[in-house]
Amino acid sequence: MTETLLTISGLTKAYPGVVANDNVSFEIGEGEVHALLGENGAGKSTLVKMIYGLVKPDSGSMTFQGKPFAPPEPRIARALGVAMVFQHFSLFDALNVAENISLGMEDPPSQRDLAARIREVSETYGLPLDPFRTVGDLSAGERQRVEIIRCLLQDPRLLIMDEPTSVLTPQEVEILFQTLRKLTAEGVAILYISHKLEEIRTLCDHATILRLGKNVGTCIPRETSARDMAEQMVGSAFEAPARPDRNLGAVALDVSGLSVTSPGTFGTSLRNIHFTVQQGEILGIGGVAGNGQDELLAALSGELTTDANAIKLHGSPVGSFGPTARRDLGLLTAPEERLGHAAAPDMSLTENAMLTAASREKLMNKGMLNWAKARIFANRIIEEFDVRTPGPENAARALSGGNLQKFVIGREVLQRPEVLVVNQPTWGVDAAAAASIRQALLDLAAGGAAIICISQDLDELMEISDRFCALNEGRLSDIRPALGLSVDEIGLMMGGAHGMEVSHADA
Amino acid sequence: MLTLEKRPQPSKFWTYMTPLVAVIVTMIAGGMLFAALGKNPFTAIGTIFWEPLFGEFSFYYRPQLLVKGGPLILIAIGLSLGFRAGIWNIGAEGQYIIGAICGAAVGLAFYPAESWIIFPLMVIAGALGGLLWAMIPALLKVRFGTNEILVSLMLVYVAEQLLASMSLGLLKNPEGFGFPGSRNFQQYASGHNAELITGSGMHWGVVAAFIAVIFAYILLNRHILGFHIRLTGQAPRAARFAGVNPKLLVVFCLGASGALAGLAGLFEVSGPSGQISIDFNSGYGFTAIIVAFLGRLHPVGILLAGLLMALTYIGGEIAQSNLGLPAAAIQVFQGMLLFFLLAIDMLTNYRIKLTNRRVA
Amino acid sequence: MDLSSISPVLLLASLMVAATPILIAALGELVVERAGVLNLGIEGMMITGAICGFAVAVETGSPLLGFIAAAIGGALLSLLFVLLTQFALANQVASGLALTLFGLGLSALLGQKYVGVKPPPIAKLHIPVLSDIPFFGPVLFSHDIVVYLGLALVVAVWYMLKYTRAGLILRGVGENHDAAHALGYKVIRVRIMAITFGGACAGVGGAYISLIRVPQWTEGMTAGAGWIALALVVFASWKAGRVMLGAYLFGGVTVLQLNLQAAGVSIPVEYLSMSPYVITIIVLVIMSADKSRAPASLGRIFHATQ
Repeated sequence: MTETLLTISGLTKAYPGVVANDNVSFEIGEGEVHALLGENGAGKSTLVKMIYGLVKPDSGSMTFQGKPFAPPEPRIARALGVAMVFQHFSLFDALNVAENISLGMEDPPSQRDLAARIREVSETYGLPLDPFRTVGDLSAGERQRVEIIRCLLQDPRLLIMDEPTSVLTPQEVEILFQTLRKLTAEGVAILYISHKLEEIRTLCDHATILRLGKNVGTCIPRETSARDMAEQMVGSAFEAPARPDRNLGAVALDVSGLSVTSPGTFGTSLRNIHFTVQQGEILGIGGVAGNGQDELLAALSGELTTDANAIKLHGSPVGSFGPTARRDLGLLTAPEERLGHAAAPDMSLTENAMLTAASREKLMNKGMLNWAKARIFANRIIEEFDVRTPGPENAARALSGGNLQKFVIGREVLQRPEVLVVNQPTWGVDAAAAASIRQALLDLAAGGAAIICISQDLDELMEISDRFCALNEGRLSDIRPALGLSVDEIGLMMGGAHGMEVSHADA
Repeated sequence: MLTLEKRPQPSKFWTYMTPLVAVIVTMIAGGMLFAALGKNPFTAIGTIFWEPLFGEFSFYYRPQLLVKGGPLILIAIGLSLGFRAGIWNIGAEGQYIIGAICGAAVGLAFYPAESWIIFPLMVIAGALGGLLWAMIPALLKVRFGTNEILVSLMLVYVAEQLLASMSLGLLKNPEGFGFPGSRNFQQYASGHNAELITGSGMHWGVVAAFIAVIFAYILLNRHILGFHIRLTGQAPRAARFAGVNPKLLVVFCLGASGALAGLAGLFEVSGPSGQISIDFNSGYGFTAIIVAFLGRLHPVGILLAGLLMALTYIGGEIAQSNLGLPAAAIQVFQGMLLFFLLAIDMLTNYRIKLTNRRVA
Repeated sequence: MDLSSISPVLLLASLMVAATPILIAALGELVVERAGVLNLGIEGMMITGAICGFAVAVETGSPLLGFIAAAIGGALLSLLFVLLTQFALANQVASGLALTLFGLGLSALLGQKYVGVKPPPIAKLHIPVLSDIPFFGPVLFSHDIVVYLGLALVVAVWYMLKYTRAGLILRGVGENHDAAHALGYKVIRVRIMAITFGGACAGVGGAYISLIRVPQWTEGMTAGAGWIALALVVFASWKAGRVMLGAYLFGGVTVLQLNLQAAGVSIPVEYLSMSPYVITIIVLVIMSADKSRAPASLGRIFHATQ
């Protein structure tokens, strides 16, 4: 039996209108991998922010290595041996690897000594990294390595990892797990946050399940089925999307030789992309974040224009058209970033309905806007897609992620697209909303529309797509039938383990 | 400890209350400033806000409200379009000067011929002058990505030098006994922007300002272009996604604000001011920035804010002659107004909460 | 026209003097922008510094105290910007403009009784041997102390940003304030310090104009120097060394056109006077080819959701 490292008892944190954590308690032992399992919005992030000193609990207490533990700020938590690998927002693109790591340390050595230590740690744990590269140029997997090394350099007792595998290929996940096992062998405890059940069953010793801020159960993942865990996490069983029979029709969208230079400094340019989608077909495009997904969506939506013949809709070239002209012809899109890209946060839902539907839904006449019609359209989206909101005059930012996503997808679906392109349609969305969005896409395809679904969620892609391919550094892999693809094959299509050999980690 | 908490959506109440509260707070702070300068704060505030409207000589001052408010409103309406879209034209003063020079030059070219067509031609020339001057930052931004704030502002200083050069050279009155400055339009009927109703202060510039208010209102609330302007300011990426061409928008917003500032300059030089002279410009282009913000970038708000700002100008002049209040004090007063407005504006999007600092 | 009346020695020497105010102000703004804050109020802080420095120097007879007062004046005004942008979360562009409009009014108010007054002179350094070198002596080694202070500041800012921990944190905050916050750095505190430093620099730059370069007080005497300092930061791609280069280029243009005016060149005075502004625009256009990035958080509002 191992020593208890961290005890959490009765932690509660409320925000206006929502209780993020309600009386949560559990324990983590030394050398243990403890999973924190829950849907989006279940309160996982708030909980770890309290452990890391970023958020102060309203009530409850913690002990760490037997002593009372209430870090007022992250540097105190770090000094005591708590380290955290963030999902977002924690790297500085314009700075190099060593500078980034230095910023996460209390008493960093000089840059030269630090570089030497980075090399040392990266070799020990099989995480190759050049200390002097600019972070903005790194792949998602490499960026995560920066964070992990930043944590390891401080000899942590507890390592918190927030959704670490969402940016990795299956091969990279395997390497990460080997690194983590090496750490636990040295007595480091790991608090592992995820909603991917199979991963947790492979890696974790114990799991605490959160739902709506409450601790709803604990289990030993190796001895519990994924289905049982899922039901505890979601609270009730729900149906997997039904996949109606579909007849594939003529080619709706034909992309050939599409190359686009990324407008962003640290973006990924698209290189010579070819694919076609038929009516009634769903093409799934996988890949690790930052491999050209945003650029591909922008090139298809018309935000980035290209050579006219690179994109053909029903045989006629549209590559040089802007978003409005493409919409009029039936090529609709829904970008990944809901707030600020797909929708304007401070504008009402009526105004956000106007945003893409003005021309196609005839909400304007010679440039003059018909707000009454836009309101009716917004109400239709709210009703048909079960968007939970007091009404269309509410601001987009007041909606929860899932509800806003339903609104955004609904806005495009109700415009009767010939071709619909979606990027990360269920990212950060609770399971029920995700299921209804997937169902909407399947129904739309059954009605004869061609759908391109760009996503990092492989389970989602396997569930809905007819054919699968992956983006890797701006290039598209071969396209293969989704049915019967193995995880290994998918991983290789996504680029395998970027920049490293799997065998390296075994050494 | 006080903390800010973001509202789920902007507060309607505070959207309308902010300017009012800002005016009241500015009056209080301004009163303290005037007291520090050794003036009775109540007399001073009263002189500025009461005297021009209801005082003994209000029959003279009231028309001035329109004369001074007209150009402020006209310029601020133009600026507000760009400000809404995140396009910062702060060189309206320069566009105002160039509009005046171009319009005056066309008028003077016809002198002494008399015809009804002359004044409309001057108006067109004034608008075009301002438009072209604003096209410099617009095209540089579109073509090279140059910062429009810096370029439009640098062009103010260039325009001021051009103004000096014009009033000493090309446009100098040949019968002016060597004094700098052009012929006076008040003595040239075809080119004179005269009062439309005697004693009202109403001239063509004021009419133009009212028309601009109505047009801007329709544009922003009912037209796709206005929707795109608002969208670009609030969420630039969403605007691209909606199909907005940001470059065209830069050209439109800078062009419109330049043309309106140019018009304001033309109406001023051919009317109240009368002639091109070295110190023809009086800072309307900068004060209009305050007017635009005070009016919350809303056309009707700008109309009211323009009149209020005109009031402080006129009241300030009265306070200057009656109480010996320095002109600079009024400038500080106007600056404070913008300060308080920006500070209080946070209540639209945030609410203040009292929280306990240490729990845990 | 008599171009021979322009002495190259005097021209180069006065170039350094002309460059100093915008150099110091631009270095301050460079630090502010590297922390992710865009303060458009330099013009207002410079003119406030100009009158604070002038008034205190006249009243005490000490130019040194004048410069200290100018730094304090500029810093105090910048605290208003701090209140607006860091606590009231106001738009930085609008707040900067407010600062400039307010500063112009305030300085005019403070300066009423100083119009036409002569400030106490500041001694020029005479460094043995160095100052006596022909040509280089008068050009480089016979200036007042503030000129050298400006140069020292270039080195200090460059070193601070590139090699110190404080500089790294400052850059981190300017690059990604959410990440800096997540790592436990006090984003607001770092920015307040940067903004105050920028205010003090602008104040000193302004006082250099009223106490040494002109030297007298007139309303609005900074005449756009603050805006040119802003342009310099863009021109320099947020690098201290290039700020110096830009300041000397701009100082050179200013001095040259003044000398040409004095020499009676046949170009009208007004066109010479507008040349520094036109050249600033041209330089901005040329520099737009350089795609170095601005700090990624520049001008964005930071509000910790907690």
